[in-house]
Amino acid sequence: MQDAVLAMLAKEPSHGYQLRARLRRTLGPLGESMNAGQVYVTLARLERAGLVVCERVNGLPDRPDRKVYALTPAGQQRVAAWLAEVSWPKPDLAEFHLKLAAAAAGRLADPVELVAAQRRELLRRLRDVQRAVLAEPDGSTAGLLLQGVVLRLQADLRWLEACERAWSKIDDEI
Amino acid sequence: MYEFGDVLRVRGVCREYGRGESLVRAVDEVDMEVPEGQMLAVMGPSGCGKSTLLHLLGGLERPTDGEVWLAGRRIDTLSERALARLRRGSVGFVFQAFHLVEELSAAENVELPALLAGCSARAARHRAAVLLERVGLADRARHLPSELSGGQRQRVAIARALANEPLVLLADEPTGNLDTAATLDVLRLFEDLRCAGQTLVIVTHDERVAAIADRLVSMRDGMFVDDIRLAGSTTGRLDGLIGLEG
Repeated sequence: MQDAVLAMLAKEPSHGYQLRARLRRTLGPLGESMNAGQVYVTLARLERAGLVVCERVNGLPDRPDRKVYALTPAGQQRVAAWLAEVSWPKPDLAEFHLKLAAAAAGRLADPVELVAAQRRELLRRLRDVQRAVLAEPDGSTAGLLLQGVVLRLQADLRWLEACERAWSKIDDEI
Repeated sequence: MYEFGDVLRVRGVCREYGRGESLVRAVDEVDMEVPEGQMLAVMGPSGCGKSTLLHLLGGLERPTDGEVWLAGRRIDTLSERALARLRRGSVGFVFQAFHLVEELSAAENVELPALLAGCSARAARHRAAVLLERVGLADRARHLPSELSGGQRQRVAIARALANEPLVLLADEPTGNLDTAATLDVLRLFEDLRCAGQTLVIVTHDERVAAIADRLVSMRDGMFVDDIRLAGSTTGRLDGLIGLEG
């Protein structure tokens, strides 16, 4: 969550409610359960950590929220590190999805490239598991566990294929 | 000998079908080399040109443009006769649908390429017996293809492809018709061949097949869009995959 919020700020300094709207739009029905306070709690934590700064602006009287959040240089560094990071098996599809959306929206990185990097990493892992599977004798119980890992990796790789196809077309609409 | 130990070397290869408005470029200026002993996987969605590329590598089709070199010899300019000889002797093909001769036994299918290449019946028989042993089917030698499982049929087809000790084995979706267990049998066989120094090019859409290769290229619209060196790039550690680390 922290990383996703930071990355969304990389596009431009924003109000809390703008960030929340953007998150909900990106996550669709999955973002509906997100409560209003969550974004503000996250922003407060990021501010304490020195990753964002908050400025009060003299806004319009009908807008109670007059704080604008922006990334600090440390925040920018953290966003860059997050975009480059490749992780598995943490099955956090939403995080990866937000990463692609934020990268596209803020023109921070090419989402298609991020997908390719993730794919390479998963294929390397699949290689290790497949070699273990091939070395396992028929009917071994351990082989069953390895098969489970193979199937999960395959499912993720197919999802990445769909991501690649979609992000090759979408430029930025978020 | 050939340059740099590359069994296959491809330069600016294109393959076009149709003309004018309906012109399709199935393979679009591909450069590649396959060093001796490498297992290369080519992945991509259907229609990306990966099968056409395999056909160009094995002399089943000629490129519209560019050069294909096999073991230091340019093959895209060969005569039809020379090309047919090359396909019989220097290249081994494995297809998704096996393409065995249904009227012949497993052993006779494997003998066929050696006989066509001019071997004596005795030498061909001996070679077939060795190869069927190698693919784990010595006890099925007299069976007809219809009496074998899909995985067994594909292993017979692989034995046949190896009959003339090809410079390269080219496989097009070799596990496309196989269940998981049979796929593993075929992959174990490929792994044995790789260990024995056989050069292999495998076209597949199955990640499990591609993942055992030394190198994996991805194709889209006739072009290579990614090139991953898998061999030597992994730790081989599995604990992180099942959440048991630290």
